[in-house]
Amino acid sequence: MNGATGAEMASRAKESLAGLEGKDLTNRDRMALPVQDMPCQEAAERARNMDEVALGYTEAQARVEAARCLQCKNAPCVAGCPVSIDIPGFIGLVAKGDYRGAADVIRKTNLLPAICGRVCPQEKQCQAPCTLGKALKGVDKAVQIGRIERFVADRERAAGGAPMPRVAPPSGKKVAVIGAGPAGLTVAADVRREGHEVVIFEAFQKPGGVMVYGIPEFRLPKAIVREEAEKLERMGVRFELNTLVGRTRPLAALLQEDGFDAAFVGVGAGLPKFMDIPGENLVGVFSANEYLTRSNLMRAWDKERAVTPIYPSKRVAVLGGGNVAMDSARMALRLGADEVHVLYRRTREEMPARAEEVEHAIEEGIVFDFLASPTEVLGDGKGVVTGLRVMSYRLGEPDPSGRRSPVAIEGSEHDVPYDTVIVAVGNESNPLLAKTTPGLAVDKKGHVLVDANQKTALDGVWAGGDIVLGAATVILAMGEGRRAAAAINEYLKEN
Amino acid sequence: MNKIISKSRLSDEVFRVEIEAPHIAKERKAGQFVIVQTDVEWGERVPLTIADADPHRGTITLIFQTVGVSTHRLAELNAGDSIEAVLGPLGNPTHIERFGRAVCVGGGIGVAPMFPIAQALKKAGNHLTVIVGARTRDLVILEEEMRAVADELIVVTDDGSYGRKALVTEPLKELCQSGARPDIVVAIGPPVMMKFCAETTRPFGVKTLASLNTIMIDGTGMCGGCRVSVGGKTRFVCVDGPEFDAHEVDWDGMMLRLRAYKPLEDEAHKALHESGQCRLTAMADAAKVAEDKAKAGGAV
Repeated sequence: MNGATGAEMASRAKESLAGLEGKDLTNRDRMALPVQDMPCQEAAERARNMDEVALGYTEAQARVEAARCLQCKNAPCVAGCPVSIDIPGFIGLVAKGDYRGAADVIRKTNLLPAICGRVCPQEKQCQAPCTLGKALKGVDKAVQIGRIERFVADRERAAGGAPMPRVAPPSGKKVAVIGAGPAGLTVAADVRREGHEVVIFEAFQKPGGVMVYGIPEFRLPKAIVREEAEKLERMGVRFELNTLVGRTRPLAALLQEDGFDAAFVGVGAGLPKFMDIPGENLVGVFSANEYLTRSNLMRAWDKERAVTPIYPSKRVAVLGGGNVAMDSARMALRLGADEVHVLYRRTREEMPARAEEVEHAIEEGIVFDFLASPTEVLGDGKGVVTGLRVMSYRLGEPDPSGRRSPVAIEGSEHDVPYDTVIVAVGNESNPLLAKTTPGLAVDKKGHVLVDANQKTALDGVWAGGDIVLGAATVILAMGEGRRAAAAINEYLKEN
Repeated sequence: MNKIISKSRLSDEVFRVEIEAPHIAKERKAGQFVIVQTDVEWGERVPLTIADADPHRGTITLIFQTVGVSTHRLAELNAGDSIEAVLGPLGNPTHIERFGRAVCVGGGIGVAPMFPIAQALKKAGNHLTVIVGARTRDLVILEEEMRAVADELIVVTDDGSYGRKALVTEPLKELCQSGARPDIVVAIGPPVMMKFCAETTRPFGVKTLASLNTIMIDGTGMCGGCRVSVGGKTRFVCVDGPEFDAHEVDWDGMMLRLRAYKPLEDEAHKALHESGQCRLTAMADAAKVAEDKAKAGGAV
């Protein structure tokens, strides 16, 4: 970040854009254009509110950023996108100011651009192989594809949203979608378009899955998720909330008694993993899932209105280096913590979190303790957390995969006071559906086994998202959902 | 939305509601629970055990005690009102078989979830003894229902205001010492009661199950808030439980975790009463006035 305010960024972009008007840009011209930074809420201010951090590009910024794209013929970015968006295609239209056209191009393969533009790890996907980034020797100098995507999606939302997809006449077929997360919502849209009746079963009181219980408001406003669900409803998709398939109704009963011709299982990640160190069941230790569900889905951040309580924390340790760890740390800050540390066993380079989230966390004052991991949670003898015993690490030789693994430094253990510990080291798969559904084959870790078309071992049942992949991303779940939906539509044609 | 069909007040703090929930009524088995939310925007998700179900009417019965803001809000609803969300049945059903002699120990509100388990154990051909315990006479619930299903019913109160003046562990110990030693004991009640039931049966090597009532949010195996150490391993009450071998549960650890939000909850509960927003007191007063009037023979 260069410290410029949003207004400065906007006016600079306006100047840059004025300089481009009517010009035939060479690749050299394009490469000389400055990367457009994302205007954000002031760090000190946003660290104490729940509003969205990134404010989105202005029109001029979007057009200048789009003008940076070299429009490579081989388009390596498209190969980096899990749903293969025609990236040069939509960016070319943005550069010309045809935002509706750009939205149409994105929507051909991505149904949730306002969400993906915000939460995709672009620097590991589309932006990683970007020719411009490679030429300028830095993935941070790549075309900011995600930000342009968000601009296009937000602009369309502001203009009343995407046109309703055409729904084919009723086919007489019925599909059950289990889980209203990114995979399930995608399947519902794609299957409904073919005229099939679609019912989405969701255990929680609101649709959205990880997008409502996990990802905080300050990173993904819930209004966007709600709009997507409402759009599905307008297409004729029915939601059955507070329904846990496998318990409220067995999966087999849906297919055999309730008249569903096919089902999609997108029940998401499950039980949180813990470190397996002494003291982890002390009061003041939370899984990130619990901490975030309380704050997001149950809205405990609004202490005036929400009934669900949130633990009052002053000194917080977050264990882990992924997006969920970043979300937890930044949420703890917003809920009133004085000091929040992220403990990660490796270094910043190895952190799996989205780069922008790490940057934002640092700007907000989150302290990163790299090469550190606890060996014990310390208590006060009355069952309440007082701190962590922390071991220091150094990076050892690269393993066969090329990743340098951390090596504990003997005798480095030291005690650090904390009143709250949030464990964000991943999830096991959700055991419930497999346990209550005979014949649904899972691997040793409990992930549902599927073929190349997302088909499970059960007839008429497909699966996708985290229940297949383990903890992955919104966009990968969507990609699996699209594949499954195509297979389901094909199957329903023949059966 | 789940409509309340009928509601009654069993004691000052204990309420019974029968609600429409056709799928849950059909699927539920003894030992399972539901998660209830009176307000899906701002309310809490509260786990409550299922006291009874009628699959033909498509209803389930919940019995609960007003311990905090959310159970208060629930108690304020009346027949004809709806509960915004009821999710279930959750948790594993109780393992029921013909053990021989079965003893069910229910303490306080724990008698409610014990009722379907007692029914199922009896139906499986067990000789059934039920011990019902409460602090005081007014808090004894489901006595007649239990009497109808049990071969033997023992009622105890802490203050001796009804039944025998004893803790539930006293008759339990006598049963273990008698010639008719139990083959299985199921204990449901306050954690400290379950802990001491476990300590009572341990020397006799009597298999003892306890149904845990930990803090829970989703109830579907996602949040990990309900975790408890059982036999030295971390287990999750919502998907691994709610019943565990009572001799293996880390009771002290579990009780500590249950108190994690106690100061916040007490504060909220107190604020509710002080704000004058609690309608339960007014409802009870109105009921009493009506009752007095009826007794006096006056028209209401």
